[in-house]
Amino acid sequence: MSSKVQQFLGWIDDRFPLTATWKQHLSEYYAPKNFNFWYFFGSLALLVLVMQIVTGIFLTMHYKPDASLNAAGVSVAFASVEYIMRDVDWGWLIRYLHSTGASMFFVVVYLHMYRGLIYGSYRKPRELIWIFGCFIYVALMAEAFMGYLLPWGQMSFWGAQVIINLFDAIPFIGPDVSTWIRGDFVISGATLNRFFAFHVIAVPLVLLGLVVMHLVALHEVGSNNPDGIEIKKHKDPNTGIPLDGIPFHPYYTVKDILGVCVFLIVFAVILFFTPEGGGYFLEANNFIPADPFKTPEHIAPLWYFTAFYSILRAVPPLFNSQFPGVIAMGLAIVVMFLLPWLDRSPVKSIRYRGALYKWALALFVIAFFVLSYLGTQSVSETKTWLARIFSIIYFLFFILMPWYSRADKTKPEPERVTAC
Amino acid sequence: MSNNEINRTRRNLIIATATVGGAGVVAAAVPFVASMMPSALAKGLGAPIEVDIGKLESGAKLTVAWRGKPVWIISRTKDMLQRLDKHDDRLTDPKSEVTSQQPDYCKNPTRSIKPEYMIAVGICTHLGCSPSDKLKPESDNETGPNWDGGFYCPCHGSRFDLATRVYKGSPAPTNLVVPPHKYLTDTMIRIGDDGKGA
Repeated sequence: MSSKVQQFLGWIDDRFPLTATWKQHLSEYYAPKNFNFWYFFGSLALLVLVMQIVTGIFLTMHYKPDASLNAAGVSVAFASVEYIMRDVDWGWLIRYLHSTGASMFFVVVYLHMYRGLIYGSYRKPRELIWIFGCFIYVALMAEAFMGYLLPWGQMSFWGAQVIINLFDAIPFIGPDVSTWIRGDFVISGATLNRFFAFHVIAVPLVLLGLVVMHLVALHEVGSNNPDGIEIKKHKDPNTGIPLDGIPFHPYYTVKDILGVCVFLIVFAVILFFTPEGGGYFLEANNFIPADPFKTPEHIAPLWYFTAFYSILRAVPPLFNSQFPGVIAMGLAIVVMFLLPWLDRSPVKSIRYRGALYKWALALFVIAFFVLSYLGTQSVSETKTWLARIFSIIYFLFFILMPWYSRADKTKPEPERVTAC
Repeated sequence: MSNNEINRTRRNLIIATATVGGAGVVAAAVPFVASMMPSALAKGLGAPIEVDIGKLESGAKLTVAWRGKPVWIISRTKDMLQRLDKHDDRLTDPKSEVTSQQPDYCKNPTRSIKPEYMIAVGICTHLGCSPSDKLKPESDNETGPNWDGGFYCPCHGSRFDLATRVYKGSPAPTNLVVPPHKYLTDTMIRIGDDGKGA
């Protein structure tokens, strides 16, 4: 580096910890050397987040959060989305990047969470990383839900109607709470306007803050790895650097760039050939303007919510109230936060766990897929019973974990990380 | 006084200051939280509506908007009315005993002032979808067997009969809401106002 540049850097470092921050989080952040395929999804989630923010900014330049009808009798909001798709140069691309990107976000985040599950990344001392992550997931669901109202199509309207009415079920204060959320006695322009505010300002700010906390906590305790052992146990006596650690930059930045390339290829294929994901990323009914007097024949949330939707539908009303179903759906998410304290296994990684845990995890994954599928389908007697059975399996995975994780026959963990 | 000792006066002043500051924060939040409630304009839009049912054919259904919600007016045929009491044992609340769901004058077997006209808010009491018509007594996958005509909610599969009473086993906990209404003439109904201060 030329001395001029070094002088300039020195000038900055005297006033702002630029080099120190670079070192702490990249060039001297030592990550385990045995990261595998599953470790792509954290950085990919960050990439998708940036992509959603950038495309979102450009969409707000043309989108109008207005439910009133224009001269043609179509709501201004719906018409502005059509305008973006048809008349704005490259508008279709930016809109599809954003709407398909939302589904990609959940794909990446679900894989990222699964990685945490199989390698025990939520275990001590990473409980807070997991909890921040769970909050990110909840914020992401709120963000996706409110974003889906904005096009003001049939699914936007009726999806929001159903979800906001969930709050109605809260005893005593429910109706007031849902009125407060809607800003009206029914879903209306007031609801659309505030969801726009939350979607573009409030929730993204919360999301960014949580992502920073997630990363700060991660870099404080260090990354887990596929062996689920702590690389900080064995440090070089002279340098204090973990023997099994390699600097994140350049080793993992390069690895992640490969991941980004592959991801973008897959994303581009979806984006250009099936941006609506066959109705799973954008539902056909949402290309029909919202009609408050007619519920579509078949309504279902987008695929990333359907597992929880199934749980909601599976619980029958009790004492003339649908509250139990709402509670069950809420618990399905709350129980995730408790994972670090439910797992009592002496080992973290699935590599050293016994058959019990592997079966439990397999059943859980199957339950999640089946519930997700059932949530996209209309109800029938058989499907409701299936949903009940798999909802129970979903919860048993968590509730019984303190017992089966302890009773499991584990293998001894290695001292040092193994080759991947 | 040594440096290690706690200065009680200062500690109490800090607590008092923090309490006042906290109360200030709560007070400052009130306008923001309250601003999210329905505005004066939204509250003003709940006026009653008048509907002419003179042209409604027997056996047909008319949907009108009241307070942004669909209100159904179903003209029930004799046949439809006869089928109403055939399935009381399969209903959650056959006698309409949940008082919040209808005015007193509609707490009867047909849930109406005049048996031939059923008037109800067409919003499912489960999660607010608008149920679809299944008026004819024809069973299908959605209605289940022994269907006597009624409504099926596409969202979560709740079933209602032609008096909008909910079938057992539906996720909906109660019958549909019958709005306050009255007959101005034989063919003119006022919805949202029954002259009883509702």
